[in-house]
Amino acid sequence: MINPTTAGLILAGILFILGLISMLIRRNIIFMLVSVEIMLNAAGLAFIVAASKWGQPEGQVMFMFILAMAAAEVSVGLALILQLYHQLKTLDSDEASRMRG
Amino acid sequence: MILLAFILFPLIGAFLAWASAAVHASLPRWVALLVMLAGLILAAGIWIQPEPASIAGADWRYVYHQPWMPRFGISLSLAMDGLSLLMIVLTFFLGALAVLVSWDEIQDRTGFYFFNLLFVLGGIAGVFLVMDLFLFYFFWEVMLIPMYFLIGIWGHGHRLYAALKFFLFTQAGGLLMLLSILGLYFVHGASTGVYTFSYAELLQTPMAQSTGRWLMLGFMAAFLVKLPAFPFHTWLPDAHTEAPTAGSVILAGLLLKTGAYGILRFVLPLFPEASHAFGEWFMLMGAIGILYGGQLAYAQTDFKRLVAYTSVSHMGFVLVGAFAFNELAYQGVVMQMITHGISTGALFMIAGVLYERLHTRELEKMGGLWAALPGLGTITMVFVMASLGLPGLGNFIAEFLILAGSWQAYPWIAVLAAIGLVVATVYSLRIMQKVFFGISLKEFKLKDMSLREAVMLLPLVIVIIWLGLFPQRVIDTAAKGAPSVAFQNKDK
Amino acid sequence: MEWMYLVPALPFLGALLLILFSGKTGKAGVIAIGCGSIGIAALITIIAGWQFLQSGIPAYDQHLWEWLRVGDFSIGMNLRLDALSLAFTFVITFVGCLIHIYSTGYMADDPDFARFFACMNLFVGSMLMLVLADNLLLMYLGWEGVGLCSYLLIGFWYKDPENGAAARKAFIVTRVGDTAMAIALFLLVQHTGTLQLSVVLERVQTLWTSGDETVVWIAFLLLGGAVGKSAQLPLQTWLPDAMAGPTPVSALIHAATMVTAGVYLIARTNIIFNLAPAAQAAVAITGAVTLLLAGCSAWVQTDIKRVLAYSTISQIGYMFLALGVGAWSAAVFHFITHAFFKALLFLGAGAVIHALHHEQDMFRMGGLRKSLPGVFLVFLIGSLSLAAIPFISSGWYSKDQIIWLAGVTERGSSWYAWAAVLGAFITAAYTTRMMVLVFFGREQTHVHHKPGPEMMIPLYILAICSTLAGFLELPHTLGHFTWLSDFLAPVLPAPAVLHADVAAEWGLQAITAGLAALAIYLTWRLINAPFPKKAGAFLRSGWGFDAAYDVLFVQPFVRVARLNRKDIVDKIYTGLAAITRTFHRMMSSTQSGILRWYVLGVVMGAVLILSVIIWRHSL
Repeated sequence: MINPTTAGLILAGILFILGLISMLIRRNIIFMLVSVEIMLNAAGLAFIVAASKWGQPEGQVMFMFILAMAAAEVSVGLALILQLYHQLKTLDSDEASRMRG
Repeated sequence: MILLAFILFPLIGAFLAWASAAVHASLPRWVALLVMLAGLILAAGIWIQPEPASIAGADWRYVYHQPWMPRFGISLSLAMDGLSLLMIVLTFFLGALAVLVSWDEIQDRTGFYFFNLLFVLGGIAGVFLVMDLFLFYFFWEVMLIPMYFLIGIWGHGHRLYAALKFFLFTQAGGLLMLLSILGLYFVHGASTGVYTFSYAELLQTPMAQSTGRWLMLGFMAAFLVKLPAFPFHTWLPDAHTEAPTAGSVILAGLLLKTGAYGILRFVLPLFPEASHAFGEWFMLMGAIGILYGGQLAYAQTDFKRLVAYTSVSHMGFVLVGAFAFNELAYQGVVMQMITHGISTGALFMIAGVLYERLHTRELEKMGGLWAALPGLGTITMVFVMASLGLPGLGNFIAEFLILAGSWQAYPWIAVLAAIGLVVATVYSLRIMQKVFFGISLKEFKLKDMSLREAVMLLPLVIVIIWLGLFPQRVIDTAAKGAPSVAFQNKDK
Repeated sequence: MEWMYLVPALPFLGALLLILFSGKTGKAGVIAIGCGSIGIAALITIIAGWQFLQSGIPAYDQHLWEWLRVGDFSIGMNLRLDALSLAFTFVITFVGCLIHIYSTGYMADDPDFARFFACMNLFVGSMLMLVLADNLLLMYLGWEGVGLCSYLLIGFWYKDPENGAAARKAFIVTRVGDTAMAIALFLLVQHTGTLQLSVVLERVQTLWTSGDETVVWIAFLLLGGAVGKSAQLPLQTWLPDAMAGPTPVSALIHAATMVTAGVYLIARTNIIFNLAPAAQAAVAITGAVTLLLAGCSAWVQTDIKRVLAYSTISQIGYMFLALGVGAWSAAVFHFITHAFFKALLFLGAGAVIHALHHEQDMFRMGGLRKSLPGVFLVFLIGSLSLAAIPFISSGWYSKDQIIWLAGVTERGSSWYAWAAVLGAFITAAYTTRMMVLVFFGREQTHVHHKPGPEMMIPLYILAICSTLAGFLELPHTLGHFTWLSDFLAPVLPAPAVLHADVAAEWGLQAITAGLAALAIYLTWRLINAPFPKKAGAFLRSGWGFDAAYDVLFVQPFVRVARLNRKDIVDKIYTGLAAITRTFHRMMSSTQSGILRWYVLGVVMGAVLILSVIIWRHSL
């Protein structure tokens, strides 16, 4: 019933949901960034599982892209967070919001 | 070439006026006045001259043609016949008065003010002269933007609201007209192979009945908004009320006339079939406008707003007459365009003169001013009477001809419109009562008209009486510019 | 006669000068310009009239300039002098001149002396334009012009808002009639292609036969104009209020000249009415009903000028009755005598009012016979005419002719005659009441100052005229002298008398005279008898017409105006703007800046899209 593909996809799904939930409930921007990373990895896992299932290389290529993008995103994101912290002395995303609709 | 002068005078004068403000703040008004007077003399000179032989079989007095973008069939094509001549004379006449009106009223940014004023007038002159639909649209928009600034910068209290409303209404109508112009361009191109914006060539565009009707409605959208016809009139009271006096004068006296001119010049000749088909509805619309505008005029407490609604009422007559398709009504429409420009312009000037003295436009705060201002009262009486259509003044000729003409087309609409005469009496007399008669609320120590005010109001009085007693000169001139379709009854 | 154009031109010129130099000429200058222009116009009229009588031509035309020409439709600034317009012109200039002279005394203390004379001159000019016009459009010019002057002069003392209201009422109510008349003009333009009277009246006869629908419509619409101007039912309500103006104005405009413009119009277009029996019957019925209703109202008024106003309405009712039965020249005859004796009465009342320092309530007058003997004498002469005392008063000759012809002409009926007789009874009653209240009994208000010669001389002249004018026409019973109707014959056809019977006429005259005597006797005896209060108030308010119009027309209009002050149509556009703004607010409120809401939004969106895709695939 449970073959490796299904198991892998379920794992990817669980990871994604975990990332999403922590994204939604966290207010600390660093944790939110980490959650985004988790979700990205979950997506990457799904790609790899699918690639191995169909025996095609594109999934792994896709994962490479995700890795590269995640690296770039983390570096930019962390830089922004640092700036934000310098400016606002807080890492709380709600507090950082200056928008009032 | 002389036609180009009518457009270039104000446009170049506009830049000159702006530049001259750097030298001295009071210089722009002199520049503006000189430009307007030069144009007026030129236009009056043409009018006084005996008529030249007609050009190219039509009744054009002057034609100026210069290819501009031949690839798209756009040319700098100007022409003047009796109708446009009258409108040009009116433009420069009221333009000169508008400059006089602004003489003391405008104190800040005079250079930019007179730039805008002259630019509007240039745009209006362009609208009355161009014979190329692309350029017509161009000038149509040229009128719009400086007017927006005039209202938005130098207006009263809610000026931004009024300016925006004015802009949105006319722009929406203008865009529909642009669609129709393009539609006509492609329909004509598809059927004849010649892609052109030239008025003369587009006149003979063969088109399907439904196409013609839709295109006509597009044009009418722009003209009805500008006229303004019920129910597209609501921008007018706001714009009139908030605009500076000169702005109101130009709006009422000239800008509204471009709508009427557009109907006579473009809608009727380009879409005769559709005009006949919808004629009755537009006449009904005009009659409703007459009554509805009159009712609202009566209800107002703000002098300028009241006069603005009388415009709605009076321009209803134009719409009634334009679609009656006979010569009486056509001549009445032309007369109404001129006399309404003069009488309503004068009433706005009077509102401005009163505002300078009392610093209010509220009728409830006036009253009993006759004792203090007998001269102004007499002049106001003349224009109030003109507005209710007293014989002997120009407006009567116009309204009589329109009603007599439209009676022959649709008697019941003429009856509705004639009831408007009673309503006009009601609201017009209310002006006199509220402003000049009755008990004065306080002892006004006001000086009667100054020389400048007399110079700007007396010519209007003379002209309105002249038009009432000797209208033949105008009628003869206008007859030469009448699009033949305007006379053709459906049955003939 | 070549100077005829000066007759209307001089008053206009005078008005123009007075307006331009208002207040700079001094009082003497104003008098010179104001009275001088009218006086010269009157002189020219007399000379031109003399020449006209000598020449024996039916009409003299004068072309001034072409007013407007559109295609085949052409209207000239043309004047036309014929018997009818000469009669009117003479009365207007002559009475006008006398009233101008009188006004120099009456208005002497008014600060707006110049404005008064400017308006009066403008009025005389417009009125002359009305009667001298050779086409209906020019007549309409005069018609509206006199309306304007009436408005200006009723509201002359502008500081009192009530005067302003009365002035506007007069203008607006007559404008209702004018609009009907304008529509009649449109019909005539459509069918005859012109408005020139001689041509119109000629073409009308070839276009239609008697009773055709169109011509009846035209006649009814013309009647609408006439009832407005002449204050007949149902548009009579403005005239009593018009008494707010200075008394010379009431005499000139609201008694002698302007209010008879309707009579002139119908007499002028008698051919059209002849072709429209229904409309002509309506004229007669309007006249008969009006003369009775207005007479009853006059009977219970307390304000002396309102008595005279209702009496004017009633007397014009007689003229309409005459027109309605085809007795055209009888209407003009009554117009002439009425112009004299009613102007006399108004000016006499003015002298009383002036002497009592603007007291108009008759119950505060009384006993003035002794303190103002001159005024009493002329007022008595005027009253005799109004009450139609046989033989010695001009009013009797003209009224008797109408009463007689109302019964015996082709379009007449004995009903009309009896209504007219009853009207004569009422007239005698209210005239006596007025005389008694003002001049007899106990003095209640002391005479302030006596009228000067400039006021008394016109009164004497008018008194002589209102006695002598009656001898222009004598009834069958007294030798049947018909100078006036012979003179008017080229314009106004003689009435079609069915059964002229001198004995019956004697009888009718006897009945009328007896009733008048009875009325005088009864009124004399019962002057202080109590009158039912409610009925009195009802009659005094003019049979409740004002209240009815207020409920039917004025209130709804005012209510609509009050409700729709802000322009309901604008709600469409502001509504559109409001909807746009609501959407804008909804959208902008989603931009809260809280990151997690954005994420949630993204997720929800993704879930939504995925589920839609899956759902589509599973179908």
